[in-house]
Amino acid sequence: MQQARTEIAAAVEPIIDRWKGEEGPLLPILNGIQRELGHVPRESLPIIAEALNLTRAEVYGVVSFYHDYREKPAGRHVLKLCRAEACQSMGGDAVAEKLQKLLGIRFHETSADGAVTLEPVYCLGLCACAPSAMLDGEVIGRLDEARVEEIAAEVRA
Amino acid sequence: MTINIYIPRDAGALALGAEKVAAAAREEIEKRGLDAKIVRNGSRGMFWLEPMVEVQTAEGRVAYGPVKPGDVAGLFDAGLIEGGAHDLALGRPEKIPFLAKQTRLTFARCGIIDPVSLEDYEAHGGLRGLRNALEKTPLGIVEEVTESGLRGRGGAGFPTGIKWKTVHDTDDPQKYIVCNADEGDSGTFSDRMIMEGDPFVLIEGMVIAGIATGATRGYVYLRSEYPNVHRILNEAIDAARAAGMLGKSVLGSEYAFDMEVRVGAGAYVCGEETALLDSLEGKRGQVRAKPPLPAHEGLFGKPTVINNVISLASVPIILDKGGAITAISAWAVRAAPFRSRSPAM
Repeated sequence: MQQARTEIAAAVEPIIDRWKGEEGPLLPILNGIQRELGHVPRESLPIIAEALNLTRAEVYGVVSFYHDYREKPAGRHVLKLCRAEACQSMGGDAVAEKLQKLLGIRFHETSADGAVTLEPVYCLGLCACAPSAMLDGEVIGRLDEARVEEIAAEVRA
Repeated sequence: MTINIYIPRDAGALALGAEKVAAAAREEIEKRGLDAKIVRNGSRGMFWLEPMVEVQTAEGRVAYGPVKPGDVAGLFDAGLIEGGAHDLALGRPEKIPFLAKQTRLTFARCGIIDPVSLEDYEAHGGLRGLRNALEKTPLGIVEEVTESGLRGRGGAGFPTGIKWKTVHDTDDPQKYIVCNADEGDSGTFSDRMIMEGDPFVLIEGMVIAGIATGATRGYVYLRSEYPNVHRILNEAIDAARAAGMLGKSVLGSEYAFDMEVRVGAGAYVCGEETALLDSLEGKRGQVRAKPPLPAHEGLFGKPTVINNVISLASVPIILDKGGAITAISAWAVRAAPFRSRSPAM
């Protein structure tokens, strides 16, 4: 546990140092930690609070407000499926059902083998090629059954 | 002469396989020893034709689409680089009915230029608005924007010139320009398209806003769902800074202005302007009570212009065309039943 804390501090401190002198540094720091570690560990909050002269409660309040921040590490792949109106109108519901069935998980869950985390996202701005998704930051349009099967196979490989 | 082959890097085109098409094209160019280079442009907005590949010929551009990676070798066989005939050939893109009926002002360069080449931007009319603005007084710029009738493109339609005048009239050494790029409503992606296809027009608009109101610092608050925009905007801001369009002396003038992109974290409410300001400050994105208006007490309590992406991106053409834009607006008065003097352009 102590070692985990030291490791987290080692990862978090350079990110804090990069942003500490800037205006409004908290979100860039949290974004940086999530990018680096895949989540925002509880143990990082007191370090951030101290560096920015905030209370732990204030930092926790911010972390818990924004949907992007995860408390636990994600799977090796992160698959975000658009659930907004344009994608729904183009068959997004069926795609969502199929994908959850194929992966054996519901939204906000990570598969037991740690291969993939499935998250809903509300509009990727790809409404003209709906339904759409983002796999590890890469966008995918015009999802259909065949494409969903390909994606499911890819993330489990 | 090196021939330009255009393959979009707009997220819509990428979602339909543009990256693989570009890789295949790169391979064909190399294999065939062609004197051609790939330019990653934005999208013209015809997503049913994406990925749409265009080639520069003596007669103008010729388009092909929608192109799948497997089509690329065949396209080169058919003489793509001379605009050769092929089943996917679409002819001159500007003659396609969807485009032929449009008059584009704000989006004039979107899908045409290399979005991160300031040289390309300038060759297609970029920076003319900023240069004109530098000839005017700050109040003169504000008056030009007011005269154009530009209204906020985020949806509320508040007159942009009046907002700018309020910030201009405040007396504070630190003011801010904030661009609301938290485009969250499903079905709308014009902000995404302009930021991916012509980011310099937004940067130019923000610089002009800064000069007009006395603000020296700008932030683009971008939603985290748009990582492709983030990459392109950052490339463009770096290029603008390297060329002196941003920095201590904007294009050699006495005005300083610099800006950066800040990414949100998946909170839809942060598209509301005061929640957005709180988020930029590093707080929970909660709506503030008004008054005070952001124009008086905005980011960090300082006078702040907060405008939508397209509002700011419409400013360079207004400063470029000046009186002419008013003529276009007059046309809009006749055309638009709601007497909005500034149609989306």
